[in-house]
Amino acid sequence: MDVLQKSSERIPLSQRPEYADVKPVPQDDGPNPIVPISYTDEFRETMDYFRAIYVADERSLRALQLTTEAIKLNPGNYTVWQFRRLVLEALNADMNKELDFVDGIVEGNSKNYQIWHHRRWVAENLGTDASTRELEFTKTILSKDAKHYHAWSHRQWVLQALGGWKDELTYCELLLKDDIFNNSAWNQRYFVVTRSPLLGGLGAMRESEVTCTVNAIMEHPENESPWRYLRGLYRNDTHALVKDPQVASVCLKILTAKNNYVHALSMLLDLLCHGFQPSLEIRNAVYGLSDSGAQGSDLVKVVCSILELVDPMRANYWKWRRNIVPAQAAQCLKDDGLTGLSL
Amino acid sequence: MNMLDYSRMGELAVEKHVKFILTIEKEKDSFESVVMEHIRLNGAYWALTTLDILGKLNTVDQDEVVSWMMQCQHESGGFGGNIGHDPHLLYTLSAIQVLALFDKIDALDIDKVSNYIAGLQNNDGSFSGDMWGEIDTRFSCVAILSLALLKRLDKINVEKAVNYIVSCKNLDGGFGCTPGAESHAGQIFCCVAALAVTGSLHHVDKDLLGWWLCERQVKSGGLNGRPEKLPDVCYSWWVLSSLIMIDRVHWIDKEKLIKFILDCQDKENGGISDQPEDAVDVFHTYFGVAGLSLLEYPGLKAIDPAYALPVDVVNRIFFGR
Repeated sequence: MDVLQKSSERIPLSQRPEYADVKPVPQDDGPNPIVPISYTDEFRETMDYFRAIYVADERSLRALQLTTEAIKLNPGNYTVWQFRRLVLEALNADMNKELDFVDGIVEGNSKNYQIWHHRRWVAENLGTDASTRELEFTKTILSKDAKHYHAWSHRQWVLQALGGWKDELTYCELLLKDDIFNNSAWNQRYFVVTRSPLLGGLGAMRESEVTCTVNAIMEHPENESPWRYLRGLYRNDTHALVKDPQVASVCLKILTAKNNYVHALSMLLDLLCHGFQPSLEIRNAVYGLSDSGAQGSDLVKVVCSILELVDPMRANYWKWRRNIVPAQAAQCLKDDGLTGLSL
Repeated sequence: MNMLDYSRMGELAVEKHVKFILTIEKEKDSFESVVMEHIRLNGAYWALTTLDILGKLNTVDQDEVVSWMMQCQHESGGFGGNIGHDPHLLYTLSAIQVLALFDKIDALDIDKVSNYIAGLQNNDGSFSGDMWGEIDTRFSCVAILSLALLKRLDKINVEKAVNYIVSCKNLDGGFGCTPGAESHAGQIFCCVAALAVTGSLHHVDKDLLGWWLCERQVKSGGLNGRPEKLPDVCYSWWVLSSLIMIDRVHWIDKEKLIKFILDCQDKENGGISDQPEDAVDVFHTYFGVAGLSLLEYPGLKAIDPAYALPVDVVNRIFFGR
């Protein structure tokens, strides 16, 4: 907000005839010393007039105008926003025009909770007709900051409350094409795959999603998000994760390439603790990464030693896994034995 | 246990930070102060808790603060961010926390405040921040912490509250603001603290979440809030306290984190910023000092990871003097 520039154009409220009968109410939280800076004068005057209207509970057009000015000076002031909603309701205001107002305020203030909450209230009033506009609105914000938490939260609310799922998966794919590391886009992808009424649900989508995810992993094996997404696709079905040849295969490729292999090793540990029987190629790929020429040694121990070395910040975590994975793997075999399941 | 050599990591400029806090609290006409006027109650909590951790709470006029704060209370029982502002759960918690620091919770009509808070629970167990209905797991946390400190948790449906929080659990073990929303360290703190206080931590997959949380530590030693984002001192609180509550804090490199926080100080003028060399503010000063307390930096009072109040304050409430 360029308040100083506006100061020269602004007519003080004390000089506007439409506010002549309003007696401004000063802030009551301490002494009022002399303030030399003009923009603080403008702020004080606006808030003093707002307080008068607020205390009188006047829900008129001039009250609406005052909230507009107060919000422009300080969009974080939630009391002003709340009063504005009361005024809008009383005036039975045009909610589409209100969306225009928020469009105008959001630049430079997009991390402000009040603005997003207000936007949602307005959209709720408009109903499903607002769906397209709201998806466009969040798209604009996300085009400047593709991980904007408020925008994603609003977008998810819009889809569930007002609809508009048709192009959402495509939108996620576009964002990931732009930045494959965008965790918010991966999260949204999961949201769409699991909740969209137009797709078949996780079961129907899993195979194609695994293929996409594996491709993303191959592009950048150091990317945390697709590895987590892959685990998410097999939530509650770890046997299927262990059996999927695409998963073992991508781990092998990365370990063989000897580059950015931390997440691949971590995935291998997850597979092992769910009863995965590693091939000779995988074993050799792991031994190939180890300095100590650990042929024939316990694979879990070798994997964890490598991880402790290349990811020392999380050394304690890898030490813990070294201890626990064998026990988990043994338990898994025992459980399979009990249920008659074979890998 | 790994004994850290704190002397190698740098110095915390305690006196400068105390001076910084006392100065900004007095400067009611600085631009920042004027613009933050409506959240003054949050600011009071950050400032006063920091002073208490640094052992300097007695430098503040307790009666002046309490008397101002009680004027922020609305007839509904809730507190607004400053005098004349509408009530909201966020400021209600800050008020309760500040009164707890001064051992003045009995200044409240406890039933009135609890009824205000309980009245904001929705049918699905979630909480709205105020009468306007915004729902967020932040508000679940704030409501639960408030009622726990007032010993009135029985006024809400705890089971439903827990179920709502659990519905916000994601495939990575983390939590978002609403069901399906991306895991975010701030939201994770809110959910884990609420679950901790209601004895419901068994709903957390501690190994999975612990791993997600320890992956927040980046090369510089600082912590980010989500994958591929920049580190920020405030995550030294949210990630760290979450790790402590699920008993996995040994999975990060504590020494590197301490160095990062200390690097974010303005050693000349006092205060701590979000990243080294950035401008300081009271919010990050609080999170930096609180984070250091969790990391057992010497000379600081211990802080409770769930209630975000000094441990002696929490003990006074739950176990008497």
